[in-house]
Amino acid sequence: MTSIARSLRPAASRLLASSRSSQPCRACPFAARAFSASRAAHVKKYSKDHEWVELSADNKTAIVGISEYAANALGDVVYVELPTVPLEVAAGDSIGAVESVKSASDIISPITCKVTAVNSLLEEKPGSINNGPEDDSSAGGWVAKVEVPEAGVKDFEGLMDAETYKEFTEE
Amino acid sequence: MVPFGGFHMPVQYATQSVSASHHFTRSHASLFDVSHMVQHRFQGPGATAFLEKVTPASISQLGTHNGGLSTLLWPVTGGIVDDTIITRLGPQLFYVVTNAGCREKDLKYFEEQLADFKKSGGQDVEWEVLDGLLVTPDEVDLQKLYFGQSQFIKIKLLGDKVSSPLLVSRGGYTGEDGFEISIPGHETVAVTETLLQTATVEKLQLAGLGARDSLRLEAGMCLYGHDLDDSTTPVEAALSWVIGKDRRVAGGFHGEEVILRQLTPKSKGGIGVERRRIGLIVEGAPAREGAEIVDEKGEKIGNITSGCPSPTLKKNVAMGYIKDGFHKSGTNVEVIVRGKKRTAQVTKMPFVPSRYWKGAAPA
Repeated sequence: MTSIARSLRPAASRLLASSRSSQPCRACPFAARAFSASRAAHVKKYSKDHEWVELSADNKTAIVGISEYAANALGDVVYVELPTVPLEVAAGDSIGAVESVKSASDIISPITCKVTAVNSLLEEKPGSINNGPEDDSSAGGWVAKVEVPEAGVKDFEGLMDAETYKEFTEE
Repeated sequence: MVPFGGFHMPVQYATQSVSASHHFTRSHASLFDVSHMVQHRFQGPGATAFLEKVTPASISQLGTHNGGLSTLLWPVTGGIVDDTIITRLGPQLFYVVTNAGCREKDLKYFEEQLADFKKSGGQDVEWEVLDGLLVTPDEVDLQKLYFGQSQFIKIKLLGDKVSSPLLVSRGGYTGEDGFEISIPGHETVAVTETLLQTATVEKLQLAGLGARDSLRLEAGMCLYGHDLDDSTTPVEAALSWVIGKDRRVAGGFHGEEVILRQLTPKSKGGIGVERRRIGLIVEGAPAREGAEIVDEKGEKIGNITSGCPSPTLKKNVAMGYIKDGFHKSGTNVEVIVRGKKRTAQVTKMPFVPSRYWKGAAPA
């Protein structure tokens, strides 16, 4: 098994040239945040393994998923493996896997955390991950809800913001 | 793009995902670039005898412009050096295609085998590695070009030029009816553009290794280096059908001592095989190369050599080697993917029936 980043390597530049530029952002994260009271609420960051983490305002919980970029590059997802909860993991541990016709990739937790809930919709409709990989609604393709300890917040600080991640994928 | 057999090869093209390309190949047509594969010409009075030494195929029974799959074999052990397509172009002339990934090994193998063949009194064989074929074209009627047959055809290129004679073989590289076209290097781009533009994007698209892999898996076809290797005999690989009928009696090919005895199962007094290649349908997660196959007690009885979710069947298909006795279709086993056992069932291959063009049914 390999991380998403490894699975994507050969495909990365081509996908950037094609689907990224033409496709509208299906899951615009900030548009959906209009109800948020605090500006600091729900900060979203990305890992080099192409996962995203959205940390709640109180730094206690977070939602994890794979990036829109990764979902496009992997192609049609046909199977998603989710962890049994609860599951305590360190940053860099596998919390599941996504399978497309061409590859199987681990979903790597970008932060130290305890997985408390998983998006079981993905077991029945794995394609949800292509339709809205960064959508955290009940119909979305998010992967896991987690509790975040101190160490996890530290890990979070080391991740990339949206702009840096965009540059990273365009390298 | 990925490195493959010393070439940079496309896994997929920007216009289609792997599964879209897979379905398009089944419903319409796709153009695969296979120019990485190695083409050889064997010519001379000793060519038939030489090819019958290194493969178990009935070369002497092969008609002109007919061909098919066979295996190059190691002396004594009968292990598979490479799989190959052999086509007879004339009484003493053969066109042989081998895998790019085995290029160095195969070239050395042919060199050594030819030397041995001559030393043991074999007649002359002239061997060339080609980058295109030049001969006189035949009359064309593709309806009458059946699976396994080939013809030299000239095609009209865009802008009124005419191509060199191209060797067109009706084969099944993808498990679908298809044509393999051997084009001289300098005409490759012109022929490809002509085909794409004439057929239009509605009917013909470029496809890459990704779609090829899922298509050949559905067809139950082996990929050398994954499903076949030097230590595997054709009988273990469930490729006994490449051993010609007359060859089963007369032998005379590399590894015949092993292979001919393996052909008779233990139950009938032969030595049979300890393991054999089988197909599996796996529940839940797709099983891929390297996954272990276990029995009900959790004991290892084999391993997966390739697998993927089948876009056509919407099920996970895989092939692998399993201990003799568990190989019958319908046998329930388990496959370990990411540490978890998944239910699987031994299944007949091809998973998706092939649709090779063998002519219309007799009226």
